[in-house]
Parts: sequence; C-alpha cells; structure tokens
Amino acid sequence: MNILNNTIYSINGPVVKAADTKDFSMLEMVYVGNKRLIGEVIGVTDKFTTIQVYENTAGLKIGEPIESTGQPVCATLGPGIISNIFDGIERPLRDMTKLNGAFVAEGNALFSLDTEKKYDVTVTVKVGDKLKAGDIYCTCPETALITHKCMVPPNVSGEVVFAADNGQYQVNDTIIKLKFEDGTEMPLTMVQKWPIKKARPIANRLPINRPLITGQRVIDTLIPIAKGGAAAIPGGFGTGKTMTQHQLAKWCDADIIVYIGCGERGNEMTQVLEEFSELIDPKSNRPLTDRTVLIANTSNMPVAAREASIYTGITLAEYYRDMGYHIAIMADSTSRWAEALREISGRLEEMPAEEGFPAYLPSRLSEFYERAGYVKNLNDTEGSVTIIGAVSPQGSDFSEPVTQNTKRFVRCFWALDKSLAYARHYPAIDWNQSYSEYIEDLSAYFNENVSSDFMDLRQEISNILQEETKLMEIVKLIGADVLPDDQKLAIETARVVRVGFLQQNAYHKDDTYVPLEKQMLMMKVIVNLYHKSLEALKLGVMLSDILAMGLFDKAVKIKYDIPNDKLGMFDDYLKEIDEKIGGLAV
Amino acid sequence: MSLQYVGLKDINGPLVALEGVSGVAYDEIARLRLNDGTERIGRVVELEGDKAILQVFEGTNGISLENTRTIFSGKPLEIPLAPEMLGRVFNGAGKPIDGLGPVFPEKMGDVNGQALNPVARQYPRNYIHTGISSIDALMTLIRGQKLPIFSGSGLSHNKLAVQIVKQAKLTGEGSGDFAIVFAAMGVQNDVANYFRRSFEETGASERVCMFLNLSSDPIIERLLTPLCALTAAEYLAFEKNMHILVIMTDMTSYAEALREFSSSKGEIPGRKGYPGYLYSNLASLYERAGVVEGSTGSVTQIPILTMPNDDITHPIPDLTAYITEGQIVFDRDLDQRGVYPGLSVLLSLSRLMKDGIGEGYTRADHQAVSNQLFAAYAKVQDARSLASVIGEEELSDADRAYMRFGRLFEDNFLNQGFDENRSMDETLDLGWDLLCTLPKNELDRIDEKLLDEKYDPERAARFLDNAQSDSDSGKTESAG
Repeated sequence: MNILNNTIYSINGPVVKAADTKDFSMLEMVYVGNKRLIGEVIGVTDKFTTIQVYENTAGLKIGEPIESTGQPVCATLGPGIISNIFDGIERPLRDMTKLNGAFVAEGNALFSLDTEKKYDVTVTVKVGDKLKAGDIYCTCPETALITHKCMVPPNVSGEVVFAADNGQYQVNDTIIKLKFEDGTEMPLTMVQKWPIKKARPIANRLPINRPLITGQRVIDTLIPIAKGGAAAIPGGFGTGKTMTQHQLAKWCDADIIVYIGCGERGNEMTQVLEEFSELIDPKSNRPLTDRTVLIANTSNMPVAAREASIYTGITLAEYYRDMGYHIAIMADSTSRWAEALREISGRLEEMPAEEGFPAYLPSRLSEFYERAGYVKNLNDTEGSVTIIGAVSPQGSDFSEPVTQNTKRFVRCFWALDKSLAYARHYPAIDWNQSYSEYIEDLSAYFNENVSSDFMDLRQEISNILQEETKLMEIVKLIGADVLPDDQKLAIETARVVRVGFLQQNAYHKDDTYVPLEKQMLMMKVIVNLYHKSLEALKLGVMLSDILAMGLFDKAVKIKYDIPNDKLGMFDDYLKEIDEKIGGLAV
Repeated sequence: MSLQYVGLKDINGPLVALEGVSGVAYDEIARLRLNDGTERIGRVVELEGDKAILQVFEGTNGISLENTRTIFSGKPLEIPLAPEMLGRVFNGAGKPIDGLGPVFPEKMGDVNGQALNPVARQYPRNYIHTGISSIDALMTLIRGQKLPIFSGSGLSHNKLAVQIVKQAKLTGEGSGDFAIVFAAMGVQNDVANYFRRSFEETGASERVCMFLNLSSDPIIERLLTPLCALTAAEYLAFEKNMHILVIMTDMTSYAEALREFSSSKGEIPGRKGYPGYLYSNLASLYERAGVVEGSTGSVTQIPILTMPNDDITHPIPDLTAYITEGQIVFDRDLDQRGVYPGLSVLLSLSRLMKDGIGEGYTRADHQAVSNQLFAAYAKVQDARSLASVIGEEELSDADRAYMRFGRLFEDNFLNQGFDENRSMDETLDLGWDLLCTLPKNELDRIDEKLLDEKYDPERAARFLDNAQSDSDSGKTESAG
C-alpha cells in the first residue's frame, strides 16, 4: 500500500481521478497533489479511482501524486471541541486565521484540537479494571458547563495495565493503557477518531417521550418536538429559517448545541459567533458559547467539504451523546447539502433523478435523520441527539425533491409561510401546514409536569384557529360584518391567539423565551376569555359590549405585561375576566 | 517556460481542446496566438490525461484546428491593481478601454479570490445613505451587505442604479473614503452609454471604476466581469481601507452565460437548464462582500437582476435571494402608475438592517417607524383585496383609513424624483407624517411613549387636504 506512483489522471472541478490503480478503497481519505489537499475516494472501478477534493483544486497538475492514508475521513474527538468553530472537515477556523490571514488557503492539515492546552484530568479507573467499549476512563472540565468524559473507543475492550495519576494533561498525552486478550497493548490518549459517515454504536434505542423545550410558544404547545426527534423547517427566502434556528439554539434545553452552517452566508456565522459569546444563558449564567460548537462551511467554501460538514456535525453530536448529554443539531441548510450532492453527482456524470438530484438523495437524507434518537449508550448512560434541519425549497415550492424526501424521514414539520413573514408575523410557522407526530408521545409529559389540562388547552387553541381558517373563507367573500356574534367572537379570539400567543418577539427580554408554565397560563386566559364571552353571548349580551371592555386587547399584551418571574399576576387576569364579563350578563 | 503547442484537437463553442500537453495546472491561464498575430486568452477548465480543455474568453471565431499556438502561463488569471483604477473604464477581462493606457500595477491580483474565513469577518454595522426614502427607511443598506435589486424588463432599475451611485454616501464615524465599482454584464450598447454619460454628468465618474461587458461581447468574458470587479473592490477595500459599493448588472445575463458555457461543456443540467452548481457559483461572487478584521474598509454589493417573466421563483432570483442578505423588489404595477422607484415594500427586505440603524447610526425611532410602516402597508393590501370583492364603500372606517394611507404612502413616500436626495431625517419625518393619517389606536407596533411624543394628526393635515380635493376632482396626486 501507500504506493507513491499513484498520480492524478484528470481534474474537473472538485473531482479528481487516478487511473489504473487498485490501491484505494471506498470512502478512504487521501492527500491529493503536492499541496496535500484532503480528499475522499467516492468511486472505484478497474480503470479509475474517483476522488472528491475538499479544497479548491485550482493549480493542481496532471501527474501530481495521490497519497493513500488507509483510513476513512474521520472526525477528531476530544476535549476542545465545545466553543470552537470548525470548517466542514473539522479544521479549526480560528487557528487558520493565524496561519493564513483572513482568507481560507489550501493544504492545511491542521490538527482539529488545541494540543497545547492543559486540562485538569481526573482518572476514573485503576490498574486491573476491565473496560469495555464506551466506558469512561477519565474526565476533565472542558468549559464551565461541560465536563468532558473520555471513553474507550467503540469496538475496543481490555484490561487497564497503566493509569496516569490525576493532573494536568494535554490532549495527546497517554492517560491509560489497555491490554487486549491477545496480549497486545494500546495506549489511550484523550483523543479518539471516528469515521464521519458511520453512526457511533449504541446499546439500544429508548422510546421518545420527553420534549425538547424551546420556550417558543408555537413550537412547545402546538407543534412540539421530542428529545431525540427530528424536525424540518422548510421555508422560502426571507421567512425566517435562520432566525428560528438561532432562537432554538439559544433557548432550547439541550446540554450542547451543534450548529452547522452548511452552504450559508458568512455574515450569519459571524453573527452567531458574536451573539452567542455575548448572550448569557439564564440557567447557568455562562455565555452560550460554552455549550455550542459551530461548523461553518459557507456557500463559497469548497463544495465537497460542504457535503462532509453535515456528517462531521452529527459525529461530534454522537460523541457527546455517548457521554450522556442531550444534543440538539441545527443544520442550516440541508438543501445546500443536497445541492452539494447534486453538484458532485453531476461531475461524475451519474444518471440524474428529479431536478438533477441524484437518485440516492432519499437514502442519504434518511441515513442522516436516522442518526437522531434517544438512546441508551454502551456505558449505560442515556443521551439524545435531536436534529433540526432547515430546508430551502427552490422557489418556495414544497413539492421539490429535498422537501418532499425530508418529509418522509422527519416526524415534525415546521412549515414557514411567506405571507405570515410578509405580515411580519414571526416565527412564521404556519399552523395549518405544520404537524408533529410526537404529540401523542409527549402528552403524558406535559400533563404531568406542567398542568393536567395542558393538552386540553392546546386542543382548544388549535380548534379556535381551525374555526378561524374556516370562517375566513366566508369573510373573504362577504366581509366580517354579516357574521353572527358567536362567529365574530371566534375570529376575535383567534386574533388574540395569533397576535398574543403565536407571534413571539425575539428581541423582547421576556418574550424571547417563555417557560412552559407561562405558555400554559396564557392559553388558559385566552380559553377562559372565549368561554366566558360565549356564555355571555348566549345570555343575550352584545359582542360589542364585551369587546368594549378591552379584555381582548389586554390578553394580546400579556406576553409583555406579565414578566416571566411574576406568573402570580395571571390570577388577577382570570379574576378580572370572570368579574367583568359575568357583570355584563347580569 | 515558453513551450508552444501548435494546433488544436477540437473546437466546441467557446471551448477548445488540446492533446499531448503536460505540466498544465487546473484553472491556469493560457495565451492562444493566432497566425494573424492576434492573441486570445483561455483558461483551463478540465484536464484528462494529456488532454486539456480551455475556455477562450474572446470566443473562438476565426480559430481553426491549425492556426493557433498555445502558451501556458502557469498562473491563474490575474489583473493589475492600483488605486488609480478609480475613474477608469475596463472591459470584462480587466483591460482598459477608455484609451488612457494601461494601469501601472501596484500588485497583481488573482481574480478567483479566496473564501473569507468566517472567523475573520466582522459583523456588518452602520449604513450607507442612498437618499432614497423607501430604501433608507425600510430596507436600509448596511456596509458589508449584499442587497440585490430584483427588477423586470422595462422597469427603472438602471435609473435607480444611477441615482444610487450619484447619491450614495457614508455618514458618521469611520466614513473614510467611499468609491464605487460598477460591473455591467451583457448590457446593451446604449445602456452602457447611459451609465457612462450619467456618471460623467453627475460628476460621479471620478470615484467610479467601471467594468463593461456588452451584450455583443463574448460570454466567457461576461463570466469574468464580476470576478475582475470584485477583485478590484477587495483590493481597494481591504488593502486601501476604502468603503466600496459594487453594483453588478445584470446578473441574469451572467447566469445565462454560465448556462451557455455549461451546456457547451456537456454538463448535466439542473433546474431550467442551469448547471447544478449555479448556487455555488453565485455564492462565490456574492460572498465576496463583507467587513474584514484588520481593515477599516468594506465591500458592499448591489447586484441587479431582471426576473425572467417577472417570476421571483425563477432559479436566478430564487438562488440569489437565498445567498444575499435581503432583496429589493420592483413592482410593475407601481412602476406603470408612474411611481418612481416603484418598489414592492412587502417583498423587499434587508436582513442586516436591524443592527445598523437606530441610536448612533440613523435615528432612535427608525426601527419603530419602519416596523409600523411595514405593518400598516401590509394591512393596506388586505383592505384592497377586501375592497375588490365588496367595494370600497362597504369597508369599515379603519379599512378605509388604510386604503387612504396606502395611496398616500405610494404617492409621497415611495415616489420621489430622480434628483431628489432625501436626508434620513426627512425620510423618517415623512414616515411619521403619513402614519398620522391613521387613527392612533391602529399604530400597534410603536411603543406608547414614543407614540405620545410623535403622534399628532396635524402632521397629516397637508395630505388629507390634498386627498380630499383629489377625490373631489377624481384624480390621484402624483408628487415628485
């Protein structure tokens, strides 16, 4: 192997071929050319070996060497990942600026992690212990929030024959040595590698029954997502996909966020970097960067690395899941990833399926989303990976291949709607088109942990919105004036739901994150208002008299008027509704 | 190395193939010398064994399989860069065409550029004042932003582009040197002349660097035009610390040139025949905007494109808007009513606006005014569609107030003269005046305190008197 006379035979964009060689295996990592660009073998025939190159191929020449590494493209896993920012193949972007300045240059085989930094390591095993795959042998504080736990790599087990003392170590220092049954020894440092395209093994999957709490009302109550679930956010440009993902990344109750900027704007990644280091997580009083990993492969960075960025992200997430953490992945946007597949497929002259996308698009998408899950790890801890993928449908047309295929593999669908976004209704999640199949699985959690009538209230709110949709058909034709009072009431209540409940202001200090209990109480006020008004109407009260009391407008402003830490104020609202409307009916 | 390859193997559209070559690098530049002594430039786009495929910038007219000698340069395409490029006119490949001789280069720049490391970027803040109310108030252009204009054939995007070039200026701290790089791709001869003449007449040409590719020029050169322009812009911004506004028109011609090139290479087409890499290719242009740490300059882009058949879901506007930070969209109905610039407020958006306006940049009440104008104008559309069904007479009082607001807003706020350069204060005050034509309780996006301070029905009086007399005489006002 590693024969030096393998050379470049042809170059077409990011695709390079070597002729007449049998030395390469599928998905193997290779170094291409004199600059040693990183590439991956994506096709092997008896004539040609096809390689996709993760860096810009300008300047490569025919006849330059291709070097085999004998292993697949791997993620480097160890302390130093959290708060870092990487490109699609896990190269540290901060270190690259020191080396190359503001622009990304080729041929940097930089080590992903900081090898100089010393960590305060606690070794948790002793000589003579028998360790199996996934067992934790040392821990160290990685950030103020995250304790890193080094685990025996999957597929490895043996007896500890050496264990270092607790102390200060760098990531490449040997912490323990394992002796296998055949007598060979293997030193373990704090770093391990894992192929990015292969899911890390688990003991077994657990049923999904806990919500990922996001503090966003339309999501938590109407269209919730479970920890370990997968959701898609499709939406045309300008509908707020990125904004929604930022809000989720900021506020959701996962332990760690992996944010993948896949083929998106450079300025957006800069914004995440700046904002997340300034924003303080209210639960821990630490900056959000302490629990966030960023993977940035912007739209003008090489397309093959864009394809890899999604896999790199999920591999990092699985690694932390194995330690027993709950991870949420934001992938923005999976459409750009699919386009990277299409671009490379086109260069390979493969037979295209729909709209030029390769026929294997659905299977790639399902491989990705199936790596989400709530699991029991090899070391008996429990962890989860939740995937939230943005989809950018071409021409805002949800019937295009990426949206349609994604729909088949996610159970939660948050459709962003243009007309809501034009009306500046944010988050612009369209309650009619969106759905969550997790509602059944999660109802027990909400009823037990928030309030026993949570799901009933949710259903009422949902009914009011349905009723409005139905009535608006009539209103569009003949105007609202001709409707009877009870239907007008439904429309007025639906307005309160839309403006006061579903719309949420990401820039308001209280409204940007709303705890579940407040969400429940807000629903209660709205539902109560509706019921009391309905009763009053039946007793012959005029709707205009009810509206004149200003209770509806007051309900709209609850989100601003009641701070998140003064939920006792809701009692006054409920009392006021009872008294004022009850007073009319007498 | 002056190794010359005689003859060609194959000619196909703008592409030529050579056989028996060695030591050629991907993406390098070659000179093709014809027997008649003329020279053309080609770029290596594919290599296979001893075969190289070149795209010829000036087109393959007159080239035969035998009458050329090819010399490879060993370098990617570079253009000479110097501060003296301002005030000059170049063709799409970066050669001067104004008869003033070559630019004395301070350095040579690779036109392909390199991807900017997101860590080295600075988040864009602070704005560029255009003097156009609709843009300044509702879709503010931020330094380092890429904000395209979506137009249609026959609309006034060229006029707007000239007005922006004429009026654009920086305000406040760090407003240093400001200049414009103008790239025209596939524009007609008289349009190119219009731009040149307008820049000269308005005295802007001293601070403009133009790259012109006419619609009759070869398409490969068209593909180079934005690359050359952006290379010049990056040089001026990041090395000379200037604030550069790049205007590129028309991106539709660029994308069509790319499609033509792709199909002559025999590539598998994606949507509507455009190559599958259209997104990546456009991104490699648009992402060359921004602010970089260690430099006080910035590159701001306004790409202009004409939507084929006014279809915003066409791949070119669609992919563009996915990359750029917002969009400014022309509306044909408004344009035909004589509103200039007839911009569709609801379809337009500036994503970076929220961080570049308000206290310290524009004015403290900017965000509030702009939110309320958006919201109110959105309600105008609802009222109009209702009115088209049940008639304007049947509308509620509130809806009628919105109908009136809609007309006044379009005629007084959107509509403005080609020579009218409105200051930020004028624009925002005008916004307040118009909002005051609505009942106070309708202004629900504005904080009560601010509303109490600013709301005064007297401010709206001049519009209401006019509107009254207009409806009496059955005409609508057209100002400016």
